[in-house]
Amino acid sequence: MTGPEDSDGAPASAGRNLPPLRLHVPEPPARPGESADFTHFDIPAAGSQPRPDEAAQPAEMREMAYGLIRVLDEDGRAVGAWNPKLPPETLLRMLRYMALTRAFDARMFRAQRQGKTSFYMKSTGEEAVSIGAALALARDDMCFPSYRQQGILIARDWPIVDMMNQIYSNKGDRLKGRQLPIMYSARDAGFFSISGNLTTQYPQAVGWAMASAARGDTRIAATWCGEGSTAEGDFHSACTFASVYRAPVIMNVVNNQWAISSFSGFAGAESTTFAARAIGYGIAGLRVDGNDVLAVYAAMRWAADRARANGGPTLIEHFTYRVEGHSTSDDPSAYRSAEESTLWPLGDPIARLKQHCIAQGIWDDERHAAMDRELAEMVRDAAREAEKNGILGHGLHHPMETLFEDVFEDMPWHLKEQQQQMLDEWKAAGL
Amino acid sequence: MSEAIEPVAASAVVNAESRVDAKQMNMIQAINSAMDVMMDRDPDVVVMGEDVGYFGGVFRATAGLQQKYGKNRVFDTPITECGIIGVAVGMGAYGLRPVPEIQFADYIYPALDQLVSEAARLRYRSAGEFISPLTVRSPFGGGIFGGQTHSQSPEGIFTHVSGVKTVIPSTPYDAKGLLIAAIEDNDPVIFFEPKRIYNGPFDGHYDTPAKSWAGHPEAQVPQGYYRIPLGKARIARAGEALTILCYGTMVHVVENTVAATGVDAEILDLRTLVPLDIEAIETSVKKTGRCLIVHEATRTSGFGAELLSQVQERCFYHLEAPIERVTGFDTPYPHSLEWAYFPGPVRIREAITKIMKD
Repeated sequence: MTGPEDSDGAPASAGRNLPPLRLHVPEPPARPGESADFTHFDIPAAGSQPRPDEAAQPAEMREMAYGLIRVLDEDGRAVGAWNPKLPPETLLRMLRYMALTRAFDARMFRAQRQGKTSFYMKSTGEEAVSIGAALALARDDMCFPSYRQQGILIARDWPIVDMMNQIYSNKGDRLKGRQLPIMYSARDAGFFSISGNLTTQYPQAVGWAMASAARGDTRIAATWCGEGSTAEGDFHSACTFASVYRAPVIMNVVNNQWAISSFSGFAGAESTTFAARAIGYGIAGLRVDGNDVLAVYAAMRWAADRARANGGPTLIEHFTYRVEGHSTSDDPSAYRSAEESTLWPLGDPIARLKQHCIAQGIWDDERHAAMDRELAEMVRDAAREAEKNGILGHGLHHPMETLFEDVFEDMPWHLKEQQQQMLDEWKAAGL
Repeated sequence: MSEAIEPVAASAVVNAESRVDAKQMNMIQAINSAMDVMMDRDPDVVVMGEDVGYFGGVFRATAGLQQKYGKNRVFDTPITECGIIGVAVGMGAYGLRPVPEIQFADYIYPALDQLVSEAARLRYRSAGEFISPLTVRSPFGGGIFGGQTHSQSPEGIFTHVSGVKTVIPSTPYDAKGLLIAAIEDNDPVIFFEPKRIYNGPFDGHYDTPAKSWAGHPEAQVPQGYYRIPLGKARIARAGEALTILCYGTMVHVVENTVAATGVDAEILDLRTLVPLDIEAIETSVKKTGRCLIVHEATRTSGFGAELLSQVQERCFYHLEAPIERVTGFDTPYPHSLEWAYFPGPVRIREAITKIMKD
């Protein structure tokens, strides 16, 4: 940064008696070796948030973008106007799906470390965001996820062996080994093909929702992105389109505080909330405790009911914490305080729902431990099953010539020519 | 959702002599007619873009469509090309067949990520679970004093991208038949419309009065459905001395220049850059032994470089002279010096002379 004087020593703004300008470059509260401190977070008590009518005008509910919808209190009670009052079987399904997601993540993370695949992304601490959403939507509503919503597939009972085949890029991979691990596509689960380019799914979800509305369909769309990628132009294009056409879409921002090594301040969190992005677009905005699965469910249900009644889009910020690294290629100890995840003030979403279920008298520690064991065995068995189809780099992939398929519906001459050339070269090389 | 329409038999592709129900149309009217025909045939076809709805588009290409098919199928959009294409991809995933307009090809860059990383890759990355049957229409090219933001020819950016087809018509008849084929195609198609010849063919002489399409045989356009298959070039002029590869506006500039020079050139109007009609190119160059490539786009890494490589690889032993390129210069498209930039008759004639000398 240069001072107020130029190289000749003369004041740069001679005669203008103005202070030098300063550039503000955000800095997170704690770096490695420093103490984490979340006391600056303003966390309202569970149950304290009002619940507007689903038909409320966005202008009437702007304060919702700055609050935090919370249902589960410190004692595991579900309280307040947002309590979805779910039946015991739904609560236990939620608990099981979240636990299965975590067990799946643990197994696949280990598989990557064992060299069975190239890449993996855990959703540890963020399971409620996917599971609560999936259960609040109808099974045929269309999801346009980002890369950390594997819980949606799990909550839609998609076979985990199929997910593992994709992660191993093996001969059982329906995507023919073309996509980076975890970039699933499952049309039959209403789960759009995941892109590695961030937030491109946002305008696509809006377009799908607009098509559904134009056709007089009853299905709605939902999409997810991280807080970091709300800075992408696609996010803002999507918000404009969603607002203009009142598209039946739910736009979720998973604010897990970190975009690889960039804290949320680099997406604007020092100045406002991500839910408040909705206000400028005239969209309903909700801000939710993303580690409270009942709050996530309730907010998603509110938004889904609103969209289905032609009330238009909702932007939901899920306030959560990325407990693990961005991916298996990332080491968060290089840029953030190691204390953060243990001090995270909104707790662990699985532990919180477990506490609630126990408080409700429908669950206990023994059953929970037994469930965890059962799920660990289930994912282990599924992984063994998937590994029969091969692991990355061990031969059992799709035939080489398939790399030319699906570029176009019909293979044009230049791809046929390149395909033949590749096969001839390998043959000539004796391979 | 209706099923994709089956391509008609090749015999349904009519030639100029046997065009039934034909009417004089300029290129805008032919493009409008193509969308009209397809919207009538297929309820999944939707048209969207800046100013395309009530107003009918800044070039009038979508005039009357909203009145006829309603706002659910023809609608104005916010000014965000990224959003237009992203929304179109989502509509395609739903099962619609969107025909978004990008008002000028120069405005397409904000949509590049949605085109390159999404529309063009969706079939591949989902192994066919999702497709992007988009036809992105966009006026392109210069010659209208549009300055650097209303004159560019970015086709080479898209021919470099796997998973997208690039189509450029040069006549009203081709514009309609190719646009219908593009809309029916289940892959994303970039459909660049040479706006300099929307209202009439252009001989390259900017200082002579503009011609209209009236009386041009290729302006006789059937009012109903017909398609010109993608990937098939057109022999605009048969000849023996030299092959000239061109497309869009340059087809007319080349035709006129060839007529003026008296050289017996074979002029191939490529019509589709990807997939390219390599057979037509190879046959012609092997026959003539000489090849000139003409395009308005900038030279370095332009589509001409690819054409040159293809010809060199396939026809090297038939060539009697080095392959020449006449292209736009590697500068931005200028305003006042537009005609110095434009690869017009002077430069084409010089190139022909040079090739024929060897």
